[in-house]
Amino acid sequence: MQHAEPVTVPVDTLLEWYRTLVFCRRFEEQTERSFRRGKIGGYLHVAIGQEAVPLGFLSALRADDVFFVSYRDHVHTLVRGTDPRAVMAELYGKLGGTCKGKGGSMHLFDVARGNYGGYGIVGGHIPLAVGAAYALRYQGTDRVCLCFFGDGAMNSGALHEAANLAGLWGREGLCPVVFVVENNQYGMGTSVERASAVVELARRFDAYDIPNERCDGMDVVGVYEVARRVVEEVRRTGRPYAVEALTYRFSGHGAADLFQPYRSKQEVERWRQRDPILLLERRLREAGALDDHAVREVEAWAEKRVQEAVSFAESSPEPPPEELYRDVYGA
Amino acid sequence: MTEMTYREALRSTLVEEMDRDPRVLLLGEDIGVYQGTFRITEGLLERYGPKRVIDTPISELGFIGAAIGMAMLGLRPVVEVMTWNFSLPAADQILQNAAKVRYFSGGQVSVPLVIRGPNGAGVQLSAQHSQSLESFYGHFPGLRVVAPATPADARGLLRTALRSEDPVIFLEHAALYGIKGPVPEGDDTVPFGQATVVRRGRHVTVVAYSRMLHLALAAADELAREGVECEVLDLRSLRPLDMDTVAESVRRTHRAVVVQEQWPLFGAAAEVAAGIYERCFDDLDAPVERVTGEDVPAPYARNLEKLAFPDEDRIARAVRRVLQ
Ligand SMILES: Cc1ncc(C[n+]2csc(CCOP(=O)(O)OP(=O)(O)O)c2C)c(N)n1
Ligand SMILES: [Mg+2]
Repeated sequence: MQHAEPVTVPVDTLLEWYRTLVFCRRFEEQTERSFRRGKIGGYLHVAIGQEAVPLGFLSALRADDVFFVSYRDHVHTLVRGTDPRAVMAELYGKLGGTCKGKGGSMHLFDVARGNYGGYGIVGGHIPLAVGAAYALRYQGTDRVCLCFFGDGAMNSGALHEAANLAGLWGREGLCPVVFVVENNQYGMGTSVERASAVVELARRFDAYDIPNERCDGMDVVGVYEVARRVVEEVRRTGRPYAVEALTYRFSGHGAADLFQPYRSKQEVERWRQRDPILLLERRLREAGALDDHAVREVEAWAEKRVQEAVSFAESSPEPPPEELYRDVYGA
Repeated sequence: MTEMTYREALRSTLVEEMDRDPRVLLLGEDIGVYQGTFRITEGLLERYGPKRVIDTPISELGFIGAAIGMAMLGLRPVVEVMTWNFSLPAADQILQNAAKVRYFSGGQVSVPLVIRGPNGAGVQLSAQHSQSLESFYGHFPGLRVVAPATPADARGLLRTALRSEDPVIFLEHAALYGIKGPVPEGDDTVPFGQATVVRRGRHVTVVAYSRMLHLALAAADELAREGVECEVLDLRSLRPLDMDTVAESVRRTHRAVVVQEQWPLFGAAAEVAAGIYERCFDDLDAPVERVTGEDVPAPYARNLEKLAFPDEDRIARAVRRVLQ
């Protein structure tokens, strides 16, 4: 773990992050309810407990930077500023969704905001991000690319081939990519110890000469500090970097993961003590920037916004049959 | 018209398009310093530099995936696979990302990517290195799949591929790199999804593509001596598949033979035959014949390999059968 760095984030920003975290949490909880009611189909992977990682990292990006994510992509999309109504409508399979209802939960995209999408094959998007980073330098820009993936993806061949290419191309300053390992301790029901010969995942990037470090993925301020430093270094050097953020998902792997025989209630409880919302709330209360009244206001605001997203999704039309045949080929 | 080899047709088109469009860049194993396994990229590293002609490690999954990412960000990468056999480690990237990302993003991204290299069999490379993968890739919506048989089509189709907004599976054939043929001057293109009638004839339609076209033409020569006039069609594109041209021909000849280099099950020849039945059932005077490779992995021994793949005689025999 890297030493703590001085907090330079203004209180207003912290309050904004607090609101965002609470909103994302309520949004994700709502998607689980909507799934149980049959409004959302397919696979549904929420990021409850992990929100500080996408928020901290994406807060360190410029508007013209880009990123790629796994299927656990709702929070990334929301914190990047995509209309929550469009996100919910996508999950509902509606025309007003981010992808006209044709991608669903695992494939949220918002290219105008640099969101190059969620992908459903574990590890499969990592090579794309490396190529995207190359393209950004080839085009003569100083934009950077973030690539988020889970601890499980660390064991895919795609990661290793992509990381080697990034290491190679980075030597020429042609690969400004940050690999963000969202280590939530499990790939479905398989713990990191049972899946990776080296449990300190960041170190595996040593093999490709990619600088790397671990960070506490529950403290959004800490995540942001690391992200800001790393993103600026990558922007300057054009070389890749890897950060393993230690985090935890409080929900099941997906909506079907009800019994969770692979972990104990005590373990979940222990991690809940470090809930990213709790940590930030504590920090704000200690700074005198948040009280019970303000917390209630934030909760009411978040709930209202979530319900607006649901209403929009409910009333958005289904994609018309012509959509079935659109977007297979370009013009 | 000028005369050039299939190899020179490919190389000259790459050069012309790279000169024209700085977004075009090349990736592949040993395409630069080594000059390309089949010398398609000879001299290009020197001409364009290492940023545009990227010698990759042996990581098909990695660099084809990276090329997809480059294409999504607005470049026009051309990947050379040393042979198509080595595309299989990257099949996940090609099929799950390149072919589909436009669709599942609701049309927000394009993948203008060309993957090219030799496809097919016939030179004793045995099971792992002798495969015709057009039926495999042709199965997937979102891809374009082309297989030129002549220098002119190699040029025209490659240029179309390089200007396309979609991922293109560009299947060359190692046995064809040395063949010569006339090519039009200038930057002509051959559109995807247009079969062409290579030889006119009244008695039977023979449908082929890539190396099989040349066997079909040789068979047609032989049959002409018996008074049989074959109409020989070159599909050129497998996806989109131009069944209109095929059906138009079969309606005139009332008989059809479809040739494909490798495995019959779920193959391109089966697809074309089914299309003929769907469109021209009442016009047919005989069942459609398929000439395909045998349903076995490719053997090494020369005598066995000859048995495993179609030849002119087999095509001629199939034609005689449909004429009975
Ligand atoms: C190649 C592949 N194999 C299996 C799956 C099924 N699967 C979906 S998510 C998952 C676990 C991935 O774990 P991790 O990378 O740690 O991400 P997390 O779900 O924890 O965010 C598995 C096995 C898949 N989608 N892709
Ligand atoms: Mg995980």
